[in-house]
Amino acid sequence: MLKSRPGKGTGKWTKVLVFLLCLAPFARLAWRFWMQDLTPNPLEYITHFTGNWTIRLLVATLAVTPLRKLLGVPDLIRFRRMVGLFAFFYGCLHFLTYLWFDKLFDFHEIWKDVAKRPFITAGFTALMLMVPLALTSTKGWIRRLGGKRWQRLHRLIYVSAVAAVVHYYWLVKSDIRLPVLYGSLVAVLLLYRLVTSLMRRARQRTAAMGAAPART
Amino acid sequence: MLIRKPADLRPADVTPKSVYLDRRKFLAAVPAAFLTARELLSPRGRALAGTKLNNVTKSPFSTTEQMTSPDVVTHYNNFYEFGTSKNEPSRNAQNFKTSPWTVSVEGDVAKPRKFSMDEILKLAPLEERIYRHRCVEGWSIVVPWIGYSLSALLNAVQPTAKAKYVAFESYWDLKQMPMARPDMAGIGFPYVEGLRLDEAMHPLALLSVGMYGETLPPQDGAPVRLVVPWKYGFKGIKSLVKIKLVSGQPSTTWNLANANEYGFYSNVNPDVDHPRWSQAKEQRLPSLFKNHPTQMFNGYASQVAGLYSGMNLKKNY
Ligand code: HEM
Repeated sequence: MLKSRPGKGTGKWTKVLVFLLCLAPFARLAWRFWMQDLTPNPLEYITHFTGNWTIRLLVATLAVTPLRKLLGVPDLIRFRRMVGLFAFFYGCLHFLTYLWFDKLFDFHEIWKDVAKRPFITAGFTALMLMVPLALTSTKGWIRRLGGKRWQRLHRLIYVSAVAAVVHYYWLVKSDIRLPVLYGSLVAVLLLYRLVTSLMRRARQRTAAMGAAPART
Repeated sequence: MLIRKPADLRPADVTPKSVYLDRRKFLAAVPAAFLTARELLSPRGRALAGTKLNNVTKSPFSTTEQMTSPDVVTHYNNFYEFGTSKNEPSRNAQNFKTSPWTVSVEGDVAKPRKFSMDEILKLAPLEERIYRHRCVEGWSIVVPWIGYSLSALLNAVQPTAKAKYVAFESYWDLKQMPMARPDMAGIGFPYVEGLRLDEAMHPLALLSVGMYGETLPPQDGAPVRLVVPWKYGFKGIKSLVKIKLVSGQPSTTWNLANANEYGFYSNVNPDVDHPRWSQAKEQRLPSLFKNHPTQMFNGYASQVAGLYSGMNLKKNY
């Protein structure tokens, strides 16, 4: 493991700070609920508020790895699990808003929605894919699964992010600017991984060829 | 499509109905009681800031349902010319210039002409009509509009035998509406709408110049708009500048943007889902819950169903 060096690391209190930053939207929502300041359409406001924070934090989680390399701050890894879990937290609030305020727990209607409305199917997929990731986010589970398998499992977040963007793109009526923005961000973050993995493989291959001269 | 098998069980089928309904009611009651308590602690209210309209008579077409507060109706608007978020029009339309204003009525009519706002206000006696207003998005409000039947205006220009449809057009001016661009809003401009002539001549179809006793606020479609209470709200075109009587079915903005989702008729119908959501229920704003049942033709079936007899309403959505 990389030990953070003083000055180059991210400091002890930064984790608390990131935690509070991630919690701030929830505090704001709770405050507006208490102040009854949820706009004339509280259902829409809460749905959009929680949906937006889910996708923002999902993108932020995906951005951690590239930013570690690009900014040269490998220590950022300390925040990844927390940000990812907060994405899941807002996703659960988003889903609960739908289950409770939109559908009043009418599971027949809910199942019909999930099965026949593509945008709901996509959102549901995105959230369900996050469940195993949240459950296996502890150190214990990393150990139990082994680093390699754990990492492979957690690549599900790529699928989740794509499903989330599709969900957003399909639900807007006509103004597609924001879903396209999130789609581009996710595309860049996934392309980064594709490119680095291809480069890594190419390097390994040349290294292997250097070690053992190619047979003809 | 999910085909519902007769074997499908709903919670309502397995749980005694009273228990089931009680649970549903309870789930809604907890946050609702909380919100009511807050409302009592800090009631809010903002004025419309319009001009008072005088000599307004009450209309027998009015519903007795509780009216939505003007605060909601003036701060939650779909008016894409002033931004695609619901809270944008109330801010961005404040300086909208609605005077001088003329409405041109033309096409297949014997006496085409332009009406000034003054003439429109005096063309027929003003009535207050409290209508239910159901948005295609699944929310509803109850609004005391002021105006008179659109037929009064149409009769004044004498439609000819060729006229079968009525095409409507909204004001469009990028200087006053910098966001009214297809690349930003995702719909075309100017906003256009249409009705069949018999729909337009129906007494419930309202040419509205005011609400809550005053002239219309800009974000609600000042100075003159259409209200068609048995159709989804987007059929009620705002800030009208042109009405043209025509022989063929006119194009309509949302239908051009997405024909799958928004038909020419767009009658309120709980049995015909929007492709992305069910239309069976609605939220009576500012309620937190989508638990108000939607009625056929938005509750105006006894008056307007005759217009569509023999028509397949699923196909002609
Ligand atoms: C990771 C999972 C999810 C993400 C990232 C997500 C994200 C979003 C976003 C960004 C919005 C739009 C907000 C706006 O327009 O301002 C939204 C709206 C919505 N989402 Fe999700 N969502 C997710 C899961 C779900 C699930 C599981 C459901 C329900 C089964 C759901 C139901 C909805 C609904 C009903 C809307 C509102 C649609 C409308 O306004 O017409 N979402 N979501």
